[in-house]
Amino acid sequence: MSLDLPANLPERGCRDTPVLKQRGQREVFCGLTGIIWLHRKMQDAFFLVVGSRTCAHLLQAAAGVMIFAEPRFGTAILEEKDLAGLADANVELDREVARLLARRPDIRQLFLVGSCPSEVIKLDLARAAERLNGQHSPHVRVYNYSGSGIETTFTQGEDACLAAMVPSLPATDKRELLIVGALPDVVEDQALSLLKSLGIPVTRTLPAHRHSELPAVGPHTVFALVQPFLGDTHAALTRRGARHIPAPFPFGEEGTTAWLRAVANEFGIPRDHFEAVTAAPRARALKAIAAAATTLSGKSVFFFPDSQLEIPLARFLTRECGMTAIEVGTPYLQTGIVGPDLDMLAEGPTISEGQDVDLQLDRARAARPDLTVCGLGLANPLEAEGLSTKWAIELVFTPVHFYEQAGDLAALFARPLRRKAILHAPPTPIPSPQGGGAAPSPRVGEGWGGGASASAGGQP
Amino acid sequence: MKLTLWTYEGPTHVGAMRVATAMKGLHYVLHAPQGDTYADLLFTMIERRNHRPPVTYTTFQARDLGGDTANLFKDAAREAYARFKPQAMIVGASCTAELIQDDPGGLAQALGLPIPVIPLDLPSYQRKENFGADETFLQIVRTLAKPVARTDSITCNLLGATGLGFRHRDDVTEVTRLLALMGIAVNVCAPFGASPDDITRMGAAHFNVLLYPETGEAAARYLEKTCGQPFTKVVPIGVGATRDFLHEVSGLTGVSAKVDETGLRLPWWSASVDSTYLTGKRVFLFGDATHVIAAARIAATEIGFEVVGLGCYNREYARPMRAAAKAHGLEALITDDYLEVEAEIERLAPELILGTQMERHIGKRLGIPCAVISAPVHVQDFPARYSPQMGFEGANVIFDSWIHPLVMGLEEHLLTMFREDFEFHDAAGASHHGGKATTRIEAEPVEASGGDIFEQKNDTGAAGDLAWAPDAERELKKIPFFVRGKARRNTEKYAAERGVTAISIDTLYEAKAHYAR
Ligand code: SF4
Ligand code: SF4
Repeated sequence: MSLDLPANLPERGCRDTPVLKQRGQREVFCGLTGIIWLHRKMQDAFFLVVGSRTCAHLLQAAAGVMIFAEPRFGTAILEEKDLAGLADANVELDREVARLLARRPDIRQLFLVGSCPSEVIKLDLARAAERLNGQHSPHVRVYNYSGSGIETTFTQGEDACLAAMVPSLPATDKRELLIVGALPDVVEDQALSLLKSLGIPVTRTLPAHRHSELPAVGPHTVFALVQPFLGDTHAALTRRGARHIPAPFPFGEEGTTAWLRAVANEFGIPRDHFEAVTAAPRARALKAIAAAATTLSGKSVFFFPDSQLEIPLARFLTRECGMTAIEVGTPYLQTGIVGPDLDMLAEGPTISEGQDVDLQLDRARAARPDLTVCGLGLANPLEAEGLSTKWAIELVFTPVHFYEQAGDLAALFARPLRRKAILHAPPTPIPSPQGGGAAPSPRVGEGWGGGASASAGGQP
Repeated sequence: MKLTLWTYEGPTHVGAMRVATAMKGLHYVLHAPQGDTYADLLFTMIERRNHRPPVTYTTFQARDLGGDTANLFKDAAREAYARFKPQAMIVGASCTAELIQDDPGGLAQALGLPIPVIPLDLPSYQRKENFGADETFLQIVRTLAKPVARTDSITCNLLGATGLGFRHRDDVTEVTRLLALMGIAVNVCAPFGASPDDITRMGAAHFNVLLYPETGEAAARYLEKTCGQPFTKVVPIGVGATRDFLHEVSGLTGVSAKVDETGLRLPWWSASVDSTYLTGKRVFLFGDATHVIAAARIAATEIGFEVVGLGCYNREYARPMRAAAKAHGLEALITDDYLEVEAEIERLAPELILGTQMERHIGKRLGIPCAVISAPVHVQDFPARYSPQMGFEGANVIFDSWIHPLVMGLEEHLLTMFREDFEFHDAAGASHHGGKATTRIEAEPVEASGGDIFEQKNDTGAAGDLAWAPDAERELKKIPFFVRGKARRNTEKYAAERGVTAISIDTLYEAKAHYAR
């Protein structure tokens, strides 16, 4: 299947750009963090981390206490006696799982999630999952994967989770499209309805909302990724005989169109039908992006590594919003997956993989980008140095894929710049409540008698 | 192994970070995997700090294990020294590094850095955040503070304020002002704002003020022993405690405890007519022991609430907590399991919760107002305005912030009088809080409030074999929501004590008369 990329490809993309790799302190989340969105997506699943108080605290800090319902995740905290071998960790784990499942009869899928401590003490969670499956099937399906910080970075936790589900998915001989990667429900619904209008037969998703809705795979399954960090899941699906449809990622109007076109081509959808179905949402997306692009155009951007979304997002910001990329850092560069995006991203920016955060901060300070995309630990310190920032984690937590979110995605990047402009603007008088709707804001002093500014003149 | 959904305290190394981040000129080299760098955001986001915490993480990966994690640590420590040029360094391991036993202390000593290097031994699988802070501060003081000549005038040190503490920033300012009213200056405040050089001057103070026992007591005891500095035992939160504190300082120094109290408003605010609506309101308190003990005293004696339950999550202070609970005629709840706390709140059905961010969410779920009095903290516990808990201004702040979540006095009466009004009904909530008032749906048997636990049948309360007659149940619903829980409990208790199994309207009003006060 030849990839049908947009016509205006840059003369040279970034696929062959030498990659800057430095080894030092990394400032990134571990894979456990994925649980925050995965447990919302899979509504009958519980994520049980086998780890330490640190792991529990990380989940709490990353989730904020924002989603404080009784969460469908928890940590089995290892204690001194587990480590000293005084207690059989497996017996303890079985007990905690039995207790948990008794309290939550609604749980149909249980993920045992490995952490750094469980891996260092070589607690075999794969065997534990097998044993627990014996005890609790068919009511509950038990999986295991590692979200540890010594093995995984941030979004790789989702990859490991999905990859762990693939081997036990039911088999099928049907020709089906599988959409792979967790999307917010509203976005997933939009994507499915677009594919349906295009006339693409049976489309399934991984992950699914419930265990009973899990897709089947087989040699006639073709799959498209909606997240760029799913390398292991890609490999696991390929082992089941499924075939990947390479495509740029569905961010922005251009990315979404290229992604849909790759899928449409696979299913032999006629071009004119494709145009007819996508014309209206494309126009809407372009309009919405244009609104934010006025703020972004001509500005520079610097990505710290975070979620592996960096390459597709840099492609979107440079090609659709008129920005210039200075450095695009990513925790891992999976050229096999983000290759099409690399081809579209014009050469110029430094492409870096991994991190020495102090050296990278030095580079960012020297470059003084207009916008720095970075983690929460770095954002306020950089703001305090006068650099505008966008917290990367928001890009994983907010609906940003496909046409109807393209404007929101651009707006996420525009907001810090707009805020900076507002906060640094000279004081403006408070508009009068009777003022008519969207009238242009008055110039300072106008209508306040004799040019007294609001701050000097006070309230009349 | 223990299943935990939410934790009150983080791991020990986060306690060490709270000390390091509060100080200046100190750097922490932490042997830890990459994911542990999440801890930075506690300080930069929740506390809105404009600097990264002074922490270097080695961020070792699986491929380094069995290979050269030790060299990784040495490189990180060497580079951190070169880049940040701290006056002193603390070094230690997170939970994962503790398992690989690289001995960060020994490795760092071997580097021969020209500054004091302080090894931390914080058992991650036994202890928690507060211990980590307390022990880290102790080790820093033990290494750097030596007996020195006393200052000519009377001075003290303030001990225990850290990063990410509940209102530590403003408490330090308030207590400094309070002591200044007595003519006593602060020699060193630590860890908050102190550099390692400042720590070496601590011995010059005449005594120590222990602001937060949870994070400063070990250092206070050490200084008492080695520098001969007595320390204060009263934590000045609340009017009575602040006056006791002033007398304690007076006893230590011979300076008069009489200070100007003109800014103090809590006593009159409690005594003024409007506050009769606060009298006897049933409150439940939970948090760290120090804040809960102080808050219970304020609640019971300075505002006139009824304390119906209290407890703390830090077992280290279980003993004083139990003693304080006993003084209120209660049994303390000592647990770090938030589900237990939730069950207890559900059982007691208080009218107000004074707790942590955890209890705030429990309250939200159960429809009970809550004010935060203790760590663990969240972004809204770092207000832009000056809002101490300690001293006389702290008492004023406490009055305001505890009263805020409640329905206002007159509003409460109106709700009682017109409780059948279709829009001004009790499920509409307090008028000064955002959120849309829900119109009462008349036909609905269960009220529109949704989150009202007192509506739940067969809850964990005293119900047992008791059955409510439908008209009694309807009558109960006419009682405003903030006292309905109490009415239900009292009625059921009254019925149970008399062997009544079917509750009628008469039972309801007999119980009301019985419990009248
Ligand atoms: S984003 Fe803000 S509100 Fe949400 S958890 Fe972080 S600090 Fe709290
Ligand atoms: S990095 Fe490792 S120890 Fe730290 S929170 Fe993640 S899994 Fe737990």
